[in-house]
Formats: sequence, structure tokens, C-alpha cells
Amino acid sequence: MSAIRETADQVATLGEKYKYGFVTDIEMEVTPKGLNEDVVRLISGKKNEPEWMLEWRLGAFRRWKEMTEPEWARVHYPKIDYQNASYYAAPKANPKLESLDEVDPKLLETYAKLGIPLHEQKLLAGVAVDAVFDSVSVATTFKKKLGEAGVIFCPISEAIREHPELVKKYLGSVVPVSDNFFATLNSAVFSDGSFVYVPKGVRCPMELSTYFRINASETGQFERTLIIAEEGAYVSYLEGCTAPMRDENQLHAAVVELVALDNAEIKYSTVQNWYPGNEEGVGGIFNFVTKRGDCRGRDSKISWTQVETGSAITWKYPSCILRGDNSVGEFYSIAIANNYQQADTGTKMIHLGKNTRSRIISKGISAGHAQNTYRGLVSVHLRADNARNHTQCDSLLIGKHCGAHTVPYIESRNPSARIEHEATTSKIAEDQLFYCTSRGINQEEAVALIVNGFCKEVLQQLPMEFAVEAQKLVGISLEGSVG
Amino acid sequence: MSMLEIKDLHVSVGGKEILNGLNLSVGAGEVHAIMGPNGSGKSTLSYALAGRAGYEVTGGSIVYKGEDLTALPTDARAAKGIFLAMQYPVEIPGVTTINFLKTALNAQRRARGESDLDAVSVLRLVRGKAGTLKVPEEMLKRALNVGFSGGEKKRLEILQMALFEPSLAILDETDSGLDIDALKLVADGVNALRAPDRAMLVITHYQRLLNYIVPDRVHVLSAGRIIKEGGKELAHELEAKGYEQIIKDAA
Repeated sequence: MSAIRETADQVATLGEKYKYGFVTDIEMEVTPKGLNEDVVRLISGKKNEPEWMLEWRLGAFRRWKEMTEPEWARVHYPKIDYQNASYYAAPKANPKLESLDEVDPKLLETYAKLGIPLHEQKLLAGVAVDAVFDSVSVATTFKKKLGEAGVIFCPISEAIREHPELVKKYLGSVVPVSDNFFATLNSAVFSDGSFVYVPKGVRCPMELSTYFRINASETGQFERTLIIAEEGAYVSYLEGCTAPMRDENQLHAAVVELVALDNAEIKYSTVQNWYPGNEEGVGGIFNFVTKRGDCRGRDSKISWTQVETGSAITWKYPSCILRGDNSVGEFYSIAIANNYQQADTGTKMIHLGKNTRSRIISKGISAGHAQNTYRGLVSVHLRADNARNHTQCDSLLIGKHCGAHTVPYIESRNPSARIEHEATTSKIAEDQLFYCTSRGINQEEAVALIVNGFCKEVLQQLPMEFAVEAQKLVGISLEGSVG
Repeated sequence: MSMLEIKDLHVSVGGKEILNGLNLSVGAGEVHAIMGPNGSGKSTLSYALAGRAGYEVTGGSIVYKGEDLTALPTDARAAKGIFLAMQYPVEIPGVTTINFLKTALNAQRRARGESDLDAVSVLRLVRGKAGTLKVPEEMLKRALNVGFSGGEKKRLEILQMALFEPSLAILDETDSGLDIDALKLVADGVNALRAPDRAMLVITHYQRLLNYIVPDRVHVLSAGRIIKEGGKELAHELEAKGYEQIIKDAA
């Protein structure tokens, strides 16, 4: 009867609308399929890593072999055969790049197509980019300008060689090697990712951004990011992700660690648009990611903002450990699942220090046959006097075949804690759509407008340059979900 | 030429026929009132004119400026100059009123092959219309209709009518939920928009509104068709006799 009910079955051909589904034809160096100690050694060797790093990886690999894949999330997928994928893929001709002129023009073309020009003069003013193509970083821009401020922004493979004391001190200090199945796998085989170090008292002079691109088929991407903000430092970091359209599922298992010392602030934003699979649920990226920030110092702050529109499976819980007294953790999330996408995402706020505060705003949007789960933990420990949390968890349903689920865990061992949880579930009402169309706005635009309104509090958290893009992405992800 | 020519219109909702053989002709520059008791089909008529999903035209025709509308989607009708001021304007959380107005205005302009107006031009345009309707700047920054009073919602409807400059405006129970001061304000807004190239259809249950928006013609709707027509004095007759008597007389 209503526009929604009438057309709920005619759900989007999102696959056809995925703009980033092309493949770059470039000569690649890919390791044989399979995972064993030799592969771990090979990856470490490719990166010219020191012995201690290899030992760290091998230790992780031995642990991983003893672990089992977790099954508690509300996601269903065929068993992953870890021996049937390659763990390292890099464009040939790559090795060490002194300037962008040495980057393969095909790669530059790829990033231009993705809307990420790597030539500094063409870049968004004030944004430095590290571009990671499959297993390697192909370019990092604005290094010199950042260097003048004392900020280190480079591929993590480079940091391991050039800043071993920092990497040794912090790598695995937030997400321990044996943290969970996917993080341990990452620790063994991670290939590249970004490393950021902001020294004491420095406010990073520009937005930092990493752009992850999966190109090779039958490979996994395992990037590792480590960001350290020393006392009183500030940095804002954004990552974007895309992948070609393929019928196979590809594994992406990243680990991100953030460390904020006294009075430091880290703002970490993600726009995740991995290939979500086609309208029948074939293909797409399996995205199993461990992200955690440690507010190690007093009065420190870590803020996660994520716009999750891609991937066939999303398993991701960016978390904050509020260790320092008066530290603040924030989590702002938009998760859109259309067609047969499954998202199980949320956060953990672990209050250890006194007067720690956390804020969670989660906006889940489900359309088509998608399942969208918010899973969160707010935990207040014994010593965390006067801890405060506010959680707001809103779900929006489009059509009648999708699902929204909310699984909040709250634990408090301190009687002075104040924890608030608000949750709503709503549908895009037919009368809202009618109101918009009666004013001349077409169905698709009306859905985008309503959903963007629904997500507003989260979109506002994104850096300006990306907020506009994210708004468009919200509209594109839901194209065809109504009408 | 008629602005709107409805012939033998049949409309079903959920398989149930609500309008059965409705005829109505409204000329440019005219204001017509549709009056009728609850359940007579007043709102169905307004939704059928706007092309709301679920209001199925099973027979007859709706001709607007010489073009049959029945197959046209709602947004296309809006772009062609049909505007429905709703009885219950909906809330859209998170979307500011000014953003909504800009999105709607530009959508209509685009459909007509005109270029988009930027935010500054839209704001200037809206400000120019907002003053007389007592729509303050602050209201434009709030989310559309969220937490608006009944009067604010209706004033915003009329502001939209002023902004979109439709050729055919349908006002569905615009008086509902308004006290007398709010009603006067809204009626003044509507009267200011009367124009030789614009037709209006004022749908109301009560005669009260027609004291302020004086119609050229009055039609009485009962059980899905027009049973009586007359000048503005018909509204007063209705008020004095009541619907039951008029319907009985007409039968």
C-alpha cells in the first residue's frame, strides 16, 4: 500500500552503483597462497625488518595457531580458509620512493580516479595523505612540512626501520599480540599501514589521512596503524577505504592502536567504503578490525568517528581505555547496511581512572535484507570514581526485510558511576517521504535527506572536507532502497 | 481555461472506494472551498490531487493546465506548480527548516530546467517572505517541524506556499488546531497570495476559516461526491443548518 511497503522488495542494485569497483592492471608481486612461518619470514624479509620484529611476528603466529575464530557476533559467513589466500601483494617496481615522480603512473591514476590525488599541489589544502595499495604504502605526502613541526607520518614499515625505539615501546601496547584471533593474525602478517608520532606540545599542523586500497584478488589486507600523541599533542587522522568489485570474499583484518599521553588528544575518523558485495550478497570484503585507543595520560581525549557503508561483513569495535584521570572517550558511528550486508559494530568504553567520561552516539541504518547490530560495553572499574557515560543508540529501518539489533553491556563496580543509555528504533515513515515528494523532492533524494538528518550528530564530528563526501556517500549507499 | 478540471473521479484506498464520481472545476484566480463532514473524502481528494501512494485513481480524470495528472509522480506534480498545505505537517529530525526549503526549492527548479540557487540566495528569498508570516530566523534553524507549535507548523506551510509560488494551492484543514489569532495570521498569509494566475482549493470542516479566506465558490462533499454548490453564502447556510440537513435536502 504505502510507497515503502509496495517497493520494499525492489531493493537496490547497489553493486552496480559502487563507483570504486574497478581493478588497476598493474604488475604485482604476490606471495604464494597459504600461511606458515615461512610466509611470515618472507613478509618480514620483504620489509627489511630487524630481527626483533620478526621474532614478534613469529610469536604472534605461534599464538594464532592455537586460537579459534570467534563466533559470538551476529554475522554469518562461510568458513574462511586461511590457507587459500595470499598474505602479501605489492606493485612491482615499487621498492623505495624518493619522490612522487617515481610512483608508477598507473597507481597515481588509480588514486586520481578514487578522488585522492597524490601530487601535493593538487591535494586538499592542509591534508597529508599516506596511500596504501594492497600490502605496501606507495606514497606519503607533505612529509617535509610535517617534519618541520616534528611530526612523524610515514608507513609503519619505514617506522620499524627508522624509529625502532618508538615502535618497540608502543606496538602491541594497546592491542596485545594475543588480544583476539584477528588481531593476532594481523600481528603475524601485517604488511603496511601508517605510523604517526606527534611530539610533546605539538598541534599537528594538518589533517593526516591514509587511503587504503585493496586491488589484488585472492589476497588479504592486514594493515597496522599506530598513532602516538605525546603530552599536550593534538592530531586528527582520517582513513578511507575502497576495493574492486569481485565475486570472491576478501579478508581485511586491520589493527589500529592509539596512545594519548597527558593532555593529548587524538581524533580518528574513518570512512569505510570497501566493496559491499552485489545486490544478491555475492562478494564483498570481510572486515574484521581491532581498533583501540589508550587514554594513558591525565586529561587526555580520544575520539572515534566512523562512517561504515561498505563491506559484506563488518566486525569492528573501536574502543577507549580511559586509564588517565579525567580522560575522555568518544565514539560516533554511522553504520549503513543495505542488500545482504551484515554489520556488527560498536565500542567499548573501559573506565579505569577517576572522573573519566565517555560518550557514545551510534546511528544504525538497515535496508534491503541487511542485518545491523550495535554491540557495546561500558565498564566502570573499582577505582573509577565519578565516571560518567552517556550512550545514545538509534536504529533506522528501511523496508521490512532488514533487521536492527542492539546489544549493550553495562558493568559498574563503582557506586558513584552515572551511566545513561538511550535507544530508539524507527522506520522512515511513509508520511515523511510523502511530505518531501509533495515539495518536489524525489524519493531517492528524500531518503538521503531523511537519513542524513538522522545521522547529523555524527556527521558533524567529521572534519569539514570529509563531511560533505560522507553525506553524499550516505545517499549513494541507500540508492534504490525505496522507490 | 480551467486551472483544474476533475471529471467523474473515483479513488480507492486499501480497496475501498472513497471518492465515487467527483466533478469539480476551478478557474485561474479563483478560490474554491470544499466543505464536508468527517469521512466524506476531503483529505482523500487532497491526497489524490498530490498523487500520494496508496490513493489509487480507479476512474475519471484530473486535468491540470490541460494535462492529465493521474500518472504523474508526486514530485513531478510539485515541480509543475501543485502545492498541498497539509493538515498534519510531518517532523523530519536533524534536517533544518532552511535546508529543507533549499532542497525542495532547488529540486523543483531543477525539474523545470532552472539552475540551483545557492544557500545565500535561498536565505534572502525566504527572509523576504518570512517576516509577514511571523516566521522568525530562529525557526528556520530548527529541525523541520520538530517541536513546532500547531501555529508554527501552519505558518511554515504557508511560507512554503509563498516560496514555491504554485499555480494550484490546496489547503487541507489549515484551520485545524489554530486559535483565532493564529488563524487570522495564516488567513492573511493566504489572502496575500491570491493572484489572477493562481487557483486555490480550501478544504475545511468548519465555516470559521471562510470568514477570513472568503471563497468564490463553495462545494459540499458528501460520501465521495459533490452534492451541492453555491457562492460564499452556502458556507453560512451550512453553519446554520448543519451537514445532516443539507445532505438530506440534496438527496
